[in-house]
Amino acid sequence: MGGGKNKPELIVDGKRTDGRAFDELRPIKIEAGVLKNAEGSAYLEWGNNKVLAAVYGPKEAQPKHIADPDRAIIKCRYQMAPFSSLEEHNRSGPNRRAIEISKVTKEVFENVILLDNFPGSEIDIFVEVLQSDGGTRAAGITAAAVAVASSGIPMRDIPYAVSAGKAGDQIILDLNKIEDNYSDADMPVAIAPRNNDILLLQMDGSLSKEQVSKAMEMIQKAGETVTKLQRDALEARYR
Amino acid sequence: MRAENEEYILEMLGKGAREHEREHMQYREIKIQTNTIPHAEGSATVDIGNTKVLVGVKLAVGAPLPDKPDEGALVTGAELLPLASAEYETGPPSPEAIEFARVVDRGIRAAEVVDLDALFIEKDKVWTTFVDIYVLNYDGNLFDAATLASTTALLGARMPKYEDGNVIREGNLGRLKTKGSVTSCTFAKVGKNVLLDPNGNEERIMSARLTIANDQDVVKAMQKGLRGSFSYKELTDLVDATFDKSKQLRDMVNKAVGE
Repeated sequence: MGGGKNKPELIVDGKRTDGRAFDELRPIKIEAGVLKNAEGSAYLEWGNNKVLAAVYGPKEAQPKHIADPDRAIIKCRYQMAPFSSLEEHNRSGPNRRAIEISKVTKEVFENVILLDNFPGSEIDIFVEVLQSDGGTRAAGITAAAVAVASSGIPMRDIPYAVSAGKAGDQIILDLNKIEDNYSDADMPVAIAPRNNDILLLQMDGSLSKEQVSKAMEMIQKAGETVTKLQRDALEARYR
Repeated sequence: MRAENEEYILEMLGKGAREHEREHMQYREIKIQTNTIPHAEGSATVDIGNTKVLVGVKLAVGAPLPDKPDEGALVTGAELLPLASAEYETGPPSPEAIEFARVVDRGIRAAEVVDLDALFIEKDKVWTTFVDIYVLNYDGNLFDAATLASTTALLGARMPKYEDGNVIREGNLGRLKTKGSVTSCTFAKVGKNVLLDPNGNEERIMSARLTIANDQDVVKAMQKGLRGSFSYKELTDLVDATFDKSKQLRDMVNKAVGE
């Protein structure tokens, strides 16, 4: 999100820079169970984003003093590879953005995983963004959901995440990097599809009340597609 | 962390009541003091009930961000000081503190409170505005207190001068150039109840938190936190509530900065 002097036109003749319709997702491919060592894993391509997610545990929580005797705790690390962006080399290690994304991603899975089943344990969720092109937190959550499901850790639902935003006065779905950089608003959302509970919601930019609703409705519609792809990936692996 | 009086709070909520006889959508008493740290270019101390947050604004000359060579920079940090709560510890910023600072930052940035274009000095030289949030006493709802204090401190801040390689911070100075204004409303979900301006006891038992930052026309930033959830209906109701409740907050900011 942001301005900048050399702002490109994000919408020309009713089409977006990559030719998509306003409510069109980028192509998404998901493969479950791609890493041998992890309890569960997934590889996801979402447009030019390439994301790996892996789950370890449940295992004894370490260090011991952080263990919760009533339920499992979740540790989550989202990270972008230093070579992931088309721009500069990123320093490795978690920056403030990554720490925040790790926190809100963790909170999504605290909602859906049946933590009470594993007192005193920890479940580790790792999201590695290998190539980034906007919307990596949504891609990461969507991939991690498939990874957790493929691990067999019980969940009450398989969450998905999609972002919507605004270019000019137009609400658009699933912003790529250029759109993200120059949009007038960005709103990533994660949802549990069974009851449409909102598990993650962030936004910055400018949106009227009606535009918030429009964006939410676009996201929920796209969620039907993403949910199906997640389930197909799991079925393809474990049928 | 369980509140000592968790049962008491839940029992009261069952009867539609809150601590200190508050309505579900009612703020505690809010106080805004400006220029509480005169050495800083801008400052404000905000009390919401027993929560006390100080924000200091300093400007420094530095290099622009590589991707924004012709505008100034804005850097927002937050310290959950150990003196503010028995639950806060010394050490590097926790994920909670980082999230807190970044949410306040997004509101200020999206509302363009600071006119970053006006902070350009010359090639490779711009002003950076540092907004430092100091939590002095914790009793819930740090987000709204910090956004109020940041907006007030920025709107009242002095603009130093840069002359012959020197920064002049005293004397006859103008104001930092600002464009917008922002406040936020934070809601806690406790059981099935949604409460505006949660206090510390309510935050200890809340399942989810939603902060909505806005100006008089549009939503500028939102952040949902914690493991609980909100429904779509709750979200749209809370956007409405925010537009309603933020009027009193904007009035207080305007009064504090003398507009």
